[in-house]
Amino acid sequence: MEEHLINNVLLGLLMMTGFAIARMRSLLAVTMLTSIYSLLSASLFVVLDAVDVALTEAAIGAGISTILLLATVARTTDEEKAPRHTPLLPLFVVVATGAALIYGTLDMPHYGDPMAPIHLHVAPTYLHVTPEEIGVPNVVTSVLASFRGYDTLGEVTVIFTAGAGVLALLGYRTRRRNSQNPEIRKMVVLRVITKLFFPLILLFALYVQFHGDYGPGGGFQAGVIFATGFILYALAYGIGNVQRIIPYGKLRIMMAAGLLIYIGVGIESMLLGGKFLEYRILADDPVTGQQLGIMLIELGVGITVAAVILIIYYGFVSRKH
Amino acid sequence: MLSAHLPALQVVVPLVSAPVCLLLRNPRHAWAFALAVSWVTLAVAINLAVQVHASGTASYALGAWAVPWGIEYRVDMASVLMILIITTIGAIVMPYSWRSIGHEIDKKHLQLFYTCYLLFLTGLLGIVVTGDAFNLFVFLEISSLSSYVLISLGSGRRALTAALQYLVMGTIGATFILIGIGLLYMMTGTLNMADLSQRLPVNADSRTIRVAFAFVTVGVSIKLALFPLHLWLPNAYTYAPSVVSAFIAATATKTGIYILLRFFFTVFGISFSFEAMHVGEILMLLASAAILITSLVAVFQDNVKRMLAYSSIGHIGYIILGIGLATTAGVTAGMVHLFNHAIIKGSLFLAMGCIFLRLGSVELSDMHGIARQMPWTMAAFVTGGLSLIGIPLTAGFISKWYLVNAVLNVGYWPLAVLILVSSLLGLIYIWRVVETAYFQMPGYKIRKLSEAPAALLVPTWLLIGTNLYFGVNAGLVTGIAGQGAAVLIGQGVP
Repeated sequence: MEEHLINNVLLGLLMMTGFAIARMRSLLAVTMLTSIYSLLSASLFVVLDAVDVALTEAAIGAGISTILLLATVARTTDEEKAPRHTPLLPLFVVVATGAALIYGTLDMPHYGDPMAPIHLHVAPTYLHVTPEEIGVPNVVTSVLASFRGYDTLGEVTVIFTAGAGVLALLGYRTRRRNSQNPEIRKMVVLRVITKLFFPLILLFALYVQFHGDYGPGGGFQAGVIFATGFILYALAYGIGNVQRIIPYGKLRIMMAAGLLIYIGVGIESMLLGGKFLEYRILADDPVTGQQLGIMLIELGVGITVAAVILIIYYGFVSRKH
Repeated sequence: MLSAHLPALQVVVPLVSAPVCLLLRNPRHAWAFALAVSWVTLAVAINLAVQVHASGTASYALGAWAVPWGIEYRVDMASVLMILIITTIGAIVMPYSWRSIGHEIDKKHLQLFYTCYLLFLTGLLGIVVTGDAFNLFVFLEISSLSSYVLISLGSGRRALTAALQYLVMGTIGATFILIGIGLLYMMTGTLNMADLSQRLPVNADSRTIRVAFAFVTVGVSIKLALFPLHLWLPNAYTYAPSVVSAFIAATATKTGIYILLRFFFTVFGISFSFEAMHVGEILMLLASAAILITSLVAVFQDNVKRMLAYSSIGHIGYIILGIGLATTAGVTAGMVHLFNHAIIKGSLFLAMGCIFLRLGSVELSDMHGIARQMPWTMAAFVTGGLSLIGIPLTAGFISKWYLVNAVLNVGYWPLAVLILVSSLLGLIYIWRVVETAYFQMPGYKIRKLSEAPAALLVPTWLLIGTNLYFGVNAGLVTGIAGQGAAVLIGQGVP
């Protein structure tokens, strides 16, 4: 009962935020609202017991996207131009799409129905096979990294493509001077807190990275959190300091290296006489092989994701105002 | 041993090459590398085609997880046709790209260009060999994202807005497809296409499945630029770099059509798609409108690339028309034209790339008398144009022959008239280029031009050569297309 109440409140808030985003003309406000929207969806995912997804949504939707949108607003404008066309056609499309979606819900199995097809077909096997053949407590990780590990490789490639795309479009210029807004220099509290949090964020990223087999988390979330730590530091202390530690050239190598680790695991298992991404062949004991494979590919994911997010951030920051 | 891995290698080879290409320091090395990869990919494709032809549908369990728990690569004759289209065009376009793209984009972007090209190739190939609905979506994302980047690299700022327009439309399309796949998963508990087709009939008459069908259809229709969802296409083709226009025009929308075929015939099944949902009638109506309207619009274009883009939407209409018939003859005709239109449009855009290299424009008003200075280029364009119209002894004729036959088979003679009328319109818009290039006095600027370099002409003529070859010896293409259509129509996935 409480769960229903929480769900309805969250969904109501989501809807209100959505309407507000559509109505607002100030892009800064819209950016903050999209961040709130992501945080609300992340909360909803927690209620739905999808903690891995919630962690990702919170880190990417509420965190990174907001920073990138803010960077864009800061470099362009805060005011949305009045639309030139009447919004009748878009309104019609949106209403039609919404109506179709609602129509589609009419024959859906109820949420949590144990007889729903998703609980009866492949899922039981995932639950049974995971402890025996993969030996990883978090079944989400075993599905994402092993059963459907090839999809995850595809997703990492999507992230890689995004990084390459931003590089091609925005280009990159190194900042010689550690130019920084003097206003931020005066914010002592912000700077001290940042300094305190920075090591903790990196530590937490490593925890999420290597604890993904046991609890929610994994390479995607860890990569994002890792990059967030550096972005936070850059915001408080200037991008120059960060670029001294992780120069652009190294990021480019990291971005490719992470993906290559992932594909390398696949090719290695082929060379050992198995199928592409057949981890069990990587060690004498199949379960150890699975765990080794999952650890390696998660590492690859983490490296590429962190590098791509930092590259995108560098790209945005290096643009002139 | 290698032959067992061919389905995986088809995608893994370009996939692993993309990050390697990003690390290369010298742009020329990046090009040579991408070129080598394209040729290896073609070699893999030919071997895979021979294998599937000899021993039937090839299946490959990624991660060695059995279907439906893991992801399956499944290559049948319908996939084979697509693999051959994509890799052939890639192998021909890559040698051309160095001179052409080197002229059109900034040198420091070349590695990124070739990286994105390899990602695009990976995405397209991943879509056509997979037997898993969600895996298809993932590779669709790879191909879409990389194509936005490739288009945005075109010279001039309008390439950016064209890419953004495509990005917005493409993202809506991809989201719709994802919603559809999500609903399918919810109703069946599986993502494997063959397994989906097994489990769907049980629930076929539920409203959720119908909505899933609608979302997938509309989403894919945006991706393949089905009239009236084509508005992103003309700008994207016009402002993209020449090589990209040629490659995307020949492969991307074709892959969209392939996705449609897979969902209609393999996943939902022919009786649900065409009898319960009546999608055939809708497709034929939209296709007819596309053929007529865009051919008319093409006649009035001054920019030849834009003209070719509108003609592409019309030719997508021909393919969809064949598929909409839902007969073996119709689907065969559609698939024959899938291949033929790829080589026709590819060669025409390559010819325009030659002109852009020398003239810096593809506007008809700048091209007066250009055939005197660039005879080989224009001869290639005219030959390709004849194939586009469907003159006998060219590949285009074979397509139209099959299509008209398929239409008459079911007695839809007005559609046959429509095809003839639109072919006449094709004659008009190609003739406008011929008239300008051959029968106008060249201006001062034109007289200084020289013929395009061999590095561009040879690939262009190679593709023109395939047009002529398959116009005379169509057996290979029609054979593969016929078998592909039989697989799709006959029993879903055998």
